Amino acid sequence: MYAGQSVKRVDAFDKATGRARYTDDLCDRRAYVARVLHSTIANGRVVSIDTSEAGKLPGVVKILTCFDLKEKHYFPTAGHPWSTDPSHQDVADRLVLTDRVRFWGDDIAAVVAEDEVAAAQALRLIRVEYEEYPFVLDVQKAMEDGAPQLHEEFPNNILKHTQIRIGDYQRAILEPGLTKVEGWYETPVVQHCHIENFICTAEVEGKRIKVVSSTQIPHIVRRIVGQALGVEWGRVRVIKPYIGGGFGNKQDILYEPLCAWLSLQVGGHLVKLDVPREETFICNRTRHSIRNHIVSWVRPDGTYAARKLESFSDQGAYASHGHSICAKGAGAFPQLYPCDNVEVDAYTVFTNKPVAGAMRGYGIPQAMWAVESHTEDVCAAIGADPLAFRRKNLMPVGYVDGFSKNEMYFDSFNQCLDKAMAAIDYERKYRAYQNQTGDVRRGIGVAVFWYNTAVWPISLESSSCRMVLNQDGSFQLQLGETEIGQGADTAFAQMAADVVGVPLEKVHVISCQDTDVTPFGTSAYASRQTYVAGFSIRQTGLMLKERILNYAHELTRMPAFNLDIVDGNIVRVTDGRVLMSLGELAEEALYSLTDSRHITAESTYQIKSNAYSFGCTIAEVEVDIPMCKVKLLNIVNCHDAGRLINPALAEAQVHGGMSMGIGFGMSEKLMFDEKTGRPLNNNLLDYKLPTMLDHPRLMAEFVENYEPTSAFGTKSLGEPPACSAAPAIRNAIYHATGVAVNNAPANPHNLFRAFTEAGLIHDESQGDRNV
Amino acid sequence: MYDIKALYEARSVADAIRLLQEHPRAQIIAGGSDVLVQIREGRRAGVELVSIFGIDAMRGVGYDDEGGIRIGSLTSFSHIAASPVIKDKIPVLGEAVSLVGGPQIRNIGTIGGNTCNGVTSADSASTLLAWDAVVELTGPEGVRRLPIRDFYIKAGVVDLKPAELQTAIIIPKVSYEGYFGHYIKYAMREAMDIANLGCSVNVALTDDKKAIRDARIAYGVAGPVPMRAPSAEAAAKGRAVCRETVDAFARAVLCDIHPRDSWRAAKAFREHIAVEMARRALTESIRLAGGVIDE
Repeated sequence: MYAGQSVKRVDAFDKATGRARYTDDLCDRRAYVARVLHSTIANGRVVSIDTSEAGKLPGVVKILTCFDLKEKHYFPTAGHPWSTDPSHQDVADRLVLTDRVRFWGDDIAAVVAEDEVAAAQALRLIRVEYEEYPFVLDVQKAMEDGAPQLHEEFPNNILKHTQIRIGDYQRAILEPGLTKVEGWYETPVVQHCHIENFICTAEVEGKRIKVVSSTQIPHIVRRIVGQALGVEWGRVRVIKPYIGGGFGNKQDILYEPLCAWLSLQVGGHLVKLDVPREETFICNRTRHSIRNHIVSWVRPDGTYAARKLESFSDQGAYASHGHSICAKGAGAFPQLYPCDNVEVDAYTVFTNKPVAGAMRGYGIPQAMWAVESHTEDVCAAIGADPLAFRRKNLMPVGYVDGFSKNEMYFDSFNQCLDKAMAAIDYERKYRAYQNQTGDVRRGIGVAVFWYNTAVWPISLESSSCRMVLNQDGSFQLQLGETEIGQGADTAFAQMAADVVGVPLEKVHVISCQDTDVTPFGTSAYASRQTYVAGFSIRQTGLMLKERILNYAHELTRMPAFNLDIVDGNIVRVTDGRVLMSLGELAEEALYSLTDSRHITAESTYQIKSNAYSFGCTIAEVEVDIPMCKVKLLNIVNCHDAGRLINPALAEAQVHGGMSMGIGFGMSEKLMFDEKTGRPLNNNLLDYKLPTMLDHPRLMAEFVENYEPTSAFGTKSLGEPPACSAAPAIRNAIYHATGVAVNNAPANPHNLFRAFTEAGLIHDESQGDRNV
Repeated sequence: MYDIKALYEARSVADAIRLLQEHPRAQIIAGGSDVLVQIREGRRAGVELVSIFGIDAMRGVGYDDEGGIRIGSLTSFSHIAASPVIKDKIPVLGEAVSLVGGPQIRNIGTIGGNTCNGVTSADSASTLLAWDAVVELTGPEGVRRLPIRDFYIKAGVVDLKPAELQTAIIIPKVSYEGYFGHYIKYAMREAMDIANLGCSVNVALTDDKKAIRDARIAYGVAGPVPMRAPSAEAAAKGRAVCRETVDAFARAVLCDIHPRDSWRAAKAFREHIAVEMARRALTESIRLAGGVIDE
């Protein structure tokens, strides 16, 4: 059994030695370089673009502007499976270049040049004349009557508004003796900051266009490039090599359509579009900033009588993944702490900001920031112990969600909390840190999270797998599911080796997806790769095994049902005798003069299930009040992700997610100039992504309850680790200081304001240092 | 790929001066950790460069004839931090430059570049200012020396004449002997960051360690260029080593500094932090000098 073992990554040596090939490595030197000209106003219209000076520069091949776009094929960008039902299709609101500018950084022209220097020089010489419109950056101001309108079809800039109504909130709040707890909780615009910026190349091959892209979703890129160019989808070939991270940014179509279009404008020549970091921040996708308003009515016994959530999700300028993100958080609200009377109103609203899309956690980090900050406020208001209150009110064992049919099979929350508390010595520290005084204080805080696995029943969940047996008994494994750094290929190889019965090194995972040859799949999102691929790997592996054993029957005359494949050998199960190796069988199969066979298997599995994936974070902080600084001393995540296919990779996955949660809670925020809408800190110096020195040792704990819906007992772990760290840190700061930081991140700027308001620090010019 | 018009590599200081005279529009490049970034950003695109990186005579830390510490302007931050002379006489400078960027930047970045930039946030600048450093400038007219406080003219502008280069930074013996100092960098991250505020303090105590013979304090990012806080220094000089002195010193900095209100940090926030930094840096300096503050 390989599933459950911490085997080495199948790509470890190639990646460590630099042999692994990424998009730029696959691009040859004859490529033209494309750079995009972005708008320098936040809202308006391009009146004219003067490229005459830029066009004269040596090395400039061609300059294309929004006015050169003769056929306008609007396309959606979300990396969702296509819906054949028009009412469920994503909003098609993008063009490869636009004259109607909706945010500072919109794409209005592009330069194709022989090298980067010529392209950059040309960009600086292009002159643009705009007609400027008023713009709006605040999500609630954008909803007001008279606010600047981004898209005519969406009055008051509301992309979508959904509601959830359970019981009767208005009546429930009349119950005598209730305590009302109310708060506003906001998360900032943040960016994925994957190490490899988005890059793609495009060229014409015969009558088709070939795109190589640093993407999570090659088959979806094929469809959308086809839509954007107005060509049949089969005329687009997409190749996805290794990628340096995506975190959801690359679960969106970014510049593949523009790059393909530019190649077509220069005779099909190879064009490379490598996005600089500054543009990656603002011209790719961001995480939705969500402002949440929660009202809870709590009984004296510490149970909820009624709850209300209003969510305002800042979509930025174009629809991308749209309301799906806000809706996911809103949907989690009544499930995490079930209550008989709930009202939820969720709004996704356009503003003149960069486009928000998918980002690790897909709305849940924002929702957990609000819900778990609020839970702490509720505990404070009624004098409840934060752990006891959560244990009492969290989703109980046996809970079933009516829509997804997800069931809480195990006591995951209590098990995770117990394990995390033990790992960080919670009880002792929680008591020790009560009622501190002085400049430097410590605190410990907890937050839980809700997550699920995959997207059933909202959209298509299918996985296709192909296995091709080689002469030596090894086989190639191909899947539509993609390796995006998370270690998916390794987990796939482990599962495939177990199903077929071969040593791990006999499984050759073809990591690179090529839409011409790779089985169809909608790829990496929703923390679903291992879960969904598991089904098709198991089904296809069993098919391959059956074909192998049927052929073994021909060779050995033993009945197939008495045969098995064990460790790469054909074994008679009745007495355990090794009859032949799989290599001997495969060689005979390919070269037999009497019965030659090419033994392969390929199948699609449609998954009609989903699975809850729960856990928690506990964080311990030291707050230096006069310096307005928080030092994270210890942090632990505990997850029930079902059975772990590869515990070492699972731990790494959790570490990465925790790091993202730490940045989200403590330092990261993309800022915009109120006067112009211009982004202020779209670079890695001014955008405070935490460094190694800002992290304590990250502790990852697991509870392994075998997931009954899963082909291998496993469920999601890609996104869940990013969901609860931030509110746990916020709650630890609250424990240390009594100050609630409700607007993330808890950085020194926000802490200065909060500590000043709370009277913990004073105006220095007035003296009196003792606080 | 960088947009560089031409690169001239100097083999000696004299060679560099000659190249700068021949190419009056050329920009000096040393480690390149700022210049290359500016070229990439387009600010210096198409620039001519005179590289002084190969002039080994401008590297190293030692003593001059008067016992002053002489730091060649091309000395990297890593080498300054590792220098026995620095560790022995002015360890705070090694500590300050160890807070620049990350290891790669500290290996390539030079103290000359850090000061010739004229940026207020340079981690070496406030400490050099607080220790009354002197810069050595070599040009067609020969060598001249200038107190570092006069070297800074305004944001991004230093007193470098045409074809002149900074060849060394000197900390005179009277400036370091008997002084103990501490630097605090206030930034949003523990590494790879630029200071929102930098504060370097040093003190010389009386022989009985009961009083402050001299106190010096300099800030980065409290104004357009690194600056001293003379009111604070006056408030501590000659005073007893005690909490009241420390507090008076710290509060007095607000008479001297003028931090900006910007999206990077609010003025009120910077002022609050500046006072707290002064308090902590002086407290630590006194401790290093062997003094005891009675609470």
